[in-house]
Amino acid sequence: MKIHAMLRAAFAALFLAFAGVAAAQGNLEINTPAITALQQSMQQRHAQLAPLYASGAVGLARDGTVALRDASSVPLAQRGQINGLIAAENADRAALYREIARANGHPEWEADVRATFAQRWIDRAQPGWWVQGGGGWVKK
Amino acid sequence: MRHTLRLSLLAAMLAVSTACVTINIYFPAAAAEKAADRIIDEVWQLREGAAAQPANGERQ
Repeated sequence: MKIHAMLRAAFAALFLAFAGVAAAQGNLEINTPAITALQQSMQQRHAQLAPLYASGAVGLARDGTVALRDASSVPLAQRGQINGLIAAENADRAALYREIARANGHPEWEADVRATFAQRWIDRAQPGWWVQGGGGWVKK
Repeated sequence: MRHTLRLSLLAAMLAVSTACVTINIYFPAAAAEKAADRIIDEVWQLREGAAAQPANGERQ
């Protein structure tokens, strides 16, 4: 009977849908070429950013980005280069949050992914780095 | 005619099941935190090539 085939198809569709939900609750997919590439790009840039975090010139902002916190601690000649680094890092971070949401089939999660990362970057910042809390910048 | 009816019924069932899933799903905060930690480990080189584990109490 055709109706049986239809029911079977419908149950199969339901099963697949719930399997997707179960998978989404266990782990987020982060092993895609786009995410790996962004991760590598950020890892390479970190060698240049780490001394700026340590000196306090650059801090970890509440919104999951990095920000120029203390421009006066940077020689004028280097400010352009540092602004470029910050812009490149923030572009990668924005793309990373978007890609993670997209790779998991929920582009609307982007803001939640960003908020989660913002918290974890700040929680895991090294002592001496500056992070942005509710009341402004604080040194860890 | 009957074929069209069957197809539209199947489409309706699919739509309903998808809608339920979309309504019920919520942002998996714990999984997102784990994923964030794995990526932060890599970017900041905190744990070379090690598998993701809970953050080792570095919270403020």
